[in-house]
Amino acid sequence: MTAILPAETAGARRAPVRHTADGRRKRWRYLPQYLAVAPFFVLFAIFGVYPVLYSLYLALQRWDGVGPMKFVGLENFAFLLSDTTFWDSIGNTLIIWVMSTVPMTALALLIAVGLNSSVRYKGVLRVAYFLPNVTSIVAMSLVFGSIFSDEFGILNWFLGLFGIGNVDWLSDPWAIRGAISVMIIWRWTGYNAIIFLAGLQALPPDVFEAARIDGAGPVQTFFRITLPLLRPVLLFSVVMSAINGLQIFTESQVLLGNRGGPGGAGMTMVLYFYNTAFADNDFGYGAAIAWGIFVVVVLFSILNWRLVMRPERGQVQTKGAGR
Amino acid sequence: MTTRRARVLTLVALIVGALITLFPYYWLAVMASNTTADIYATPPRLTFGGHLFANIGEVFAKIDFFGSLLNTLIVAVVTTLLVLFFDSLAAFTFAKYDFPGSSVLFGILLATFVVPTQLSAIPQFTLMANFGWVGDLKALIIPAAANAFGIFWMRQYARGAIPDELLEAARMDGAGFFRTYLSVGLPVLRPALAFLGIFTFVNAWNDYLWPLVVLIDSNHVTLQVALSQLQGVYVKDYSVVMAGTLVAIVPLIIVFLFGARHFIRNIAAGALKG
Repeated sequence: MTAILPAETAGARRAPVRHTADGRRKRWRYLPQYLAVAPFFVLFAIFGVYPVLYSLYLALQRWDGVGPMKFVGLENFAFLLSDTTFWDSIGNTLIIWVMSTVPMTALALLIAVGLNSSVRYKGVLRVAYFLPNVTSIVAMSLVFGSIFSDEFGILNWFLGLFGIGNVDWLSDPWAIRGAISVMIIWRWTGYNAIIFLAGLQALPPDVFEAARIDGAGPVQTFFRITLPLLRPVLLFSVVMSAINGLQIFTESQVLLGNRGGPGGAGMTMVLYFYNTAFADNDFGYGAAIAWGIFVVVVLFSILNWRLVMRPERGQVQTKGAGR
Repeated sequence: MTTRRARVLTLVALIVGALITLFPYYWLAVMASNTTADIYATPPRLTFGGHLFANIGEVFAKIDFFGSLLNTLIVAVVTTLLVLFFDSLAAFTFAKYDFPGSSVLFGILLATFVVPTQLSAIPQFTLMANFGWVGDLKALIIPAAANAFGIFWMRQYARGAIPDELLEAARMDGAGFFRTYLSVGLPVLRPALAFLGIFTFVNAWNDYLWPLVVLIDSNHVTLQVALSQLQGVYVKDYSVVMAGTLVAIVPLIIVFLFGARHFIRNIAAGALKG
């Protein structure tokens, strides 16, 4: 910048000031930037870091939230390991996750492929499929509650038209899990279809052109080309559905109440946490359950991560071998 | 030809799928506009009735539904405005300024994604009790006033969208940091603000677990909590519950339809990049 005279003179004029107060100027120079990012970090320290540390402390206490705390050491965690309700809630959560994720992914793929073909009304259809994702779970749990209602539900009436007898949607254990799964499928299929559609549109068209020239039919093209190329997007969707699936709470709570319905078939991990901490006011044990959920989530994430990473490593290897 | 037939079949299948998806909304409107006896009849009444306003009137008369509607609106609007301001300011800074520790701070921000909400729920509740915020809308708004997702997402956008030359020009004109954010950053970020705004509004409107925990025994419940209570008040009067449910989701659907195309495109783009 020596070529620009005005800047040089300006620098020369400012030089004495900079000389005397150099350190102070530097320290304050970035103050606006620190202030700009501060709100998030301050809020996170108060409502994120502190609570997480405190919940570790709470997990070592027995406390009803009002009276004095009593230190019990690792007793809560020891009880957690032998607590069948907790293990059942993990089981229920995983069962519901599988029961919902498999059909949801298949349906979303079908819809995405359909939307990707040259049909009309794409914009309207996309909005229609996406709408459930933004609609309140509480509101729609109430609507589904009446649809699934054992005696007067429209679903049982509809099934009756085909000679299928009443299904006890909200009292039979497997029907309960099925009903919750249906609500999750309804909520997330459109979301995933939109994600898959974006993935499809990002695929290079010449690959499909080549497949057509080689005489591949639509089914063959789908399984041999579309699916493998869509793999990263599919993995994203499975990881997302795992994160969301482990947090299922509202559907169960609104549909079946704090105990997860008859036999506790709809008792998910988060519902058990809510029930223990905020319905039974057992804050110490509730904190221990929260840590239990955290461990399950971490284990599940590691599993997911390995599933995501391993095939990619394989791909790199085949690429190398091909060369 | 066969391709044309395939196209028509695909369209028909997609429309049938969409109708099934939309059926719960239709059924909600049918239930809300009939009497409970009509819904419970065999066969049930499958078309709209004339009792919608009577049912809504009953909801408003029996519980303070209008109050909870107002509470929800306050929470959603204020949270959205705060998030838009704090997130865009932080995102603009992280995207365009290098300052000592900026990459470490951004790394910490990303790490906060993995902290699960249940872990902090009980201590947050006791914290709110200490602040005297239990039953107060502040308990919903303040902790949600800035969030990592919004900052991360908007930073990705800001990095590509704000040209360095523009910042340089603003500096030459003597604009300070905050002035540059207002006159250069914000206008360029407008499309991203629209998406983050709808996203935040929808989530704030629909939030349930935390409002249920901190507001349950107060006069300041939000719509979602009021809905779950309404179910308890009208155990067998489905029509009234459904009228309330309808009132609770219609404003949100309007907000969503307002920016649906834009919103859906950004959701998909975020998934592909992430």
